Amino acid sequence: MYAYILRRLFATIPIMAIVAVFVFMLLHLSPGDPAVIIAGDFATEDQVDKIREQLGLNDPLYIQFGGWLINLLQGDMGQSIYSGLPVTKLIGQRVEPTLMLTLCTMIIAISLAIPLGVIAAWKVGTWIDRAVMTLAVFGFSVPVFVIGYLLILGGSRTLGWFPVQGYTSIFESVPGFLSHITLPALTLGAVYMALIARMTRATMLEVLNEDYVRTAYAKGLATRKVLVKHALKNAMVPISTTIGLGVALLIGGVVVTESVFAIPGLGRLTVDAVLRTDYPVIQGVILVFSFTYVVLNLLIDLTYVLFDPRIRY
Amino acid sequence: MPMTALADAIKKSARTAALSTPIAVAGLMAAAVPVNAESVLKIVPHADLRNVDPIWTTAYITRNHGYLVFDTLFALDENLEVQPQMAAGHEVSEDGLTYTITLRDGLQFHDGAPVTAEDVVASITRWGARDGMGQKLMRVTESLEAADEKTVVLTLSEPYGLVLQSLGKISSNVPFIMPKRLADTDPNAQVEEIIGSGPFRFVADEWQPGNQVVYEKFEDYVPRDEPASYAAGGKVANVDRVEWRYIPDAATASQALLAGEVDYYEQPAVDLLPMIQSDPSINVETVDPLGTQGVIRFNFKYPPFDDKRARQAALWAVEQADYMYSIMGDPKYFEEFCGAYFMCGGPYETDVGSEALRGKDIEKAKALLAESGYDGREVLILDPTDIPVAHGQSLVTAQALREIGMNVRLVAMDWATMTSRRAVREAPEDGGWNIFPTWWLAADQLNPITNISVAASGDTAWFGWPENQKIEDLRNAFARETDPAKQKAIVEELQAELYDFVPYIPTGQYYQPTAFRDNVKGVLEAPVPFFWNISVE
Repeated sequence: MYAYILRRLFATIPIMAIVAVFVFMLLHLSPGDPAVIIAGDFATEDQVDKIREQLGLNDPLYIQFGGWLINLLQGDMGQSIYSGLPVTKLIGQRVEPTLMLTLCTMIIAISLAIPLGVIAAWKVGTWIDRAVMTLAVFGFSVPVFVIGYLLILGGSRTLGWFPVQGYTSIFESVPGFLSHITLPALTLGAVYMALIARMTRATMLEVLNEDYVRTAYAKGLATRKVLVKHALKNAMVPISTTIGLGVALLIGGVVVTESVFAIPGLGRLTVDAVLRTDYPVIQGVILVFSFTYVVLNLLIDLTYVLFDPRIRY
Repeated sequence: MPMTALADAIKKSARTAALSTPIAVAGLMAAAVPVNAESVLKIVPHADLRNVDPIWTTAYITRNHGYLVFDTLFALDENLEVQPQMAAGHEVSEDGLTYTITLRDGLQFHDGAPVTAEDVVASITRWGARDGMGQKLMRVTESLEAADEKTVVLTLSEPYGLVLQSLGKISSNVPFIMPKRLADTDPNAQVEEIIGSGPFRFVADEWQPGNQVVYEKFEDYVPRDEPASYAAGGKVANVDRVEWRYIPDAATASQALLAGEVDYYEQPAVDLLPMIQSDPSINVETVDPLGTQGVIRFNFKYPPFDDKRARQAALWAVEQADYMYSIMGDPKYFEEFCGAYFMCGGPYETDVGSEALRGKDIEKAKALLAESGYDGREVLILDPTDIPVAHGQSLVTAQALREIGMNVRLVAMDWATMTSRRAVREAPEDGGWNIFPTWWLAADQLNPITNISVAASGDTAWFGWPENQKIEDLRNAFARETDPAKQKAIVEELQAELYDFVPYIPTGQYYQPTAFRDNVKGVLEAPVPFFWNISVE
C-alpha cells in the first residue's frame, strides 16, 4: 500500500507539470495586458512598454515560463503584478478561510446527505423519498448565489442570527468563526448535499436488491443494521468517489460563495486575479487547487480499502 | 466507531443542537460585538486597493488611498481655487518665471522624519515623469531645487498659467509628497514602502489585497486651521481607525450597510438604492457635486469615423437622456442636458456649439453619414458587459447608429480585456475597434489640459488617436495664458472646434450617490471621497 501511495504521489508530478504548462499558455495567449491596466489612461506607449519591461512581460514566453518554473521549484511563486506582494503570502493569507469553509461544508453535507439518501432508498416510492428527492433537485438546480442571498435575507436580516458577510478566524474566536461560517457553508453545501444524497439513494437502491440483503432480512436482522452495516457499507465505494469528485464542484462553488459572503478566501483571490490578469497569482492559485484536488482523490481512493476488503493496493 | 454508534452520536448531537440553538445564537451574537474603545470608520470602497503607489498608477482607488496617507503642497478648494496645503505660502517673481514655495511648520512623515524641501523636489520630479499635467509642467521647468530645508524654488523657461493648478491637482495622478528615499524610486516601478505625512498611517501588516485596508490616525499630523474644503483646509482625523472592507457583491454590500456591519458605502448600485433608502437610518447623498461624464470614443484611424461627418452623424443620432436613463435610471442623479466638454458647474462651463447634442435629428444624421461616404462596413463597438456604466453606453450607441443605417456589431468582453483592446492600433477587422465607452470624473475633465480625451496630437493622443492642429494650438494657448478671462475665451473657441471635430460624444453628466449610516457625521462634499473630518457616533 505504501508503494501504491508513493507511486500515486510521484504520478502527481507529471500531472502538475501538465497543469502548469497548460495554465501558463492559456493565460499568456488570452487577451488582456496588465501593463496597460497599470499604466492607466494617461500613459504613453513608451511608458506602457517600460512597465512591461519592468514586469518581464517583454521576454519570450519560454524564458518567462522557464524563470517561473525555476523559482517555483525553489518554493517561490513570484509576486503579484499589482500589489507586489509574494504570491505565497497572498495564498497563505487566504488558505484558512477557504479550507475551513470547504471542511465545514463537507461535514454538514456528508452528515446530512448520506442519512437522507439512505432513508430515501429505504422508503423508496413514498412521500419521504419524493420529499428528499425534491429537496435534492432544488439544491442542484438553484444557483449558489441565489441560495446565498436567500440565507442572508432569512438568517441575517430577518432573524438577525448571523452576520451578513466577512470571516473571523477560528483561532481568533470560535463563536465568531461559527457565526460567520454557518450561512456560507449551508450555501455551498446545497449542491454538494444534493449530489451525495442522489448518489447515495441510487447506490443504496441497487444494493438493497442484492441477495445478501434479502438474506440479512431473512436472518431476522433489524432494519437499521441491514441498512447501515450491510447495505450502506457496500454502497460506500461509489459514494466516496462522488464525494471526491464533488470537491471540484465545491471549488467552483467556493468562488461564488466567497464573493457573496465577502470571505477573503482563495476563490475570491482567483476571481480578482483573473479579472485583472495578474498572471503569477492565477498560476499559483490554480496549482494549489490542482494539487489539493489530486491529493484529495488519492485519499478517497485509499478509503475504498475501508469499505471493500477485496480492494488491495 | 461503528456506523450505528456514529448514527446514534449524530442523532444525539442533532437533538442537543436543536435544543440549544437559541442559546448558542445569543452567545454568538454577544461574542460578535467587539469590545473596543477606539472609533472605527468602516467603509466599503468602490474597488479593491491593488497597488498602493499613487504615482505608479492612475486608479481612482489608489488616489483615494493616497489622500489618506500623503499630503500635497497645494490643494483645490470647493470654489475650485488652489490653496496652500503643506505650503505655508508662495511667491511669484515679477516676470512670472520663479515660484518660491515655503513649507509650513510641523510637517512630519509617519516614520518620524521631518518633511524637507528635498523630499518635495524628489516627489514632484517623480510625479512629473508620470502624470500628463506634470509632464507638461516639467517641459517648461528649467530647474526645481531645494533652496534650504523649507524652501523650494521652481524656475520656468517660459510663462505658464497652470503651475498652481498642476501642483494642486485634485485627481490622478495627484502630486503627493513622499520621503526622498522613496520618491527616488524609478517612476515606472512601485515604491517599496508607503510612508506619507498625511492624517492617517497605512498599516501595511493588515493590508490584504481583495479584502481589507487599514489606516490608523497619525497622532503627530498638524492640520491647517482653516475648515476642510475639498482637498484644502484642515484635514482633521476624527476617528482612530479607518477600515476599508472590499465587498465585491453589490447586494451583499448593501445588506452589510443595512445590518450596520459597515458605516459607509462609497458607490452603491443604482438599482439597489430603493432598498437602501427604505431604511431611515441611512443617508443617500451625492457626495461629489461635480459628477462624472460619460464618454463614447471614436477610432480616428479607420473608416467610417476617420471622416468628421460620420462622427457628426453619430452626434446627431444620439440623445444624452437615453444614455443617462440607461445607466443611472433616476433623473435625480443626472443633468437633463450638459453640453459642456469641460463639465457643467465647472469654471469653463459653456454650451457653445452643442446644438447637435441637444436634439436628435435622424434625417440630418443620415444625410451626414451619406456625405461621409459610409459604405455599409461593419462598425465594431467594444462592450464591457461587467461595468454597467460602460455596457449601457455601448447598447444605447449601437441602437442609435443602427437607426441611421450603420452596420453595428457589439463585441462583448470584460473591462480588463477592453483596456487592452482599445490600445490596439490595427484595423477593426484585425483586432482593433471603432468605438469604446468609458467615463471620467469631472475632476479630471475640468480644463483642456486635464481632459485628455480632447487632446488631438495624433499618435501620441489618448486611444483613438485624433489629430487636429487647431485644437492642440488652443490647448497650448490655454496653458500659457495666465489671465483667467482670456483662458475662458480660449475654451469657448476650443469647444466650438470640438463640436465640429467631435473627438468623443459627451453622453451626459451624472452623480454617483453614496450611502452612509446616520452615525457617520461630517462627510465632506468633494469630487474625491475624503475621510478626514468624519466622526462615528
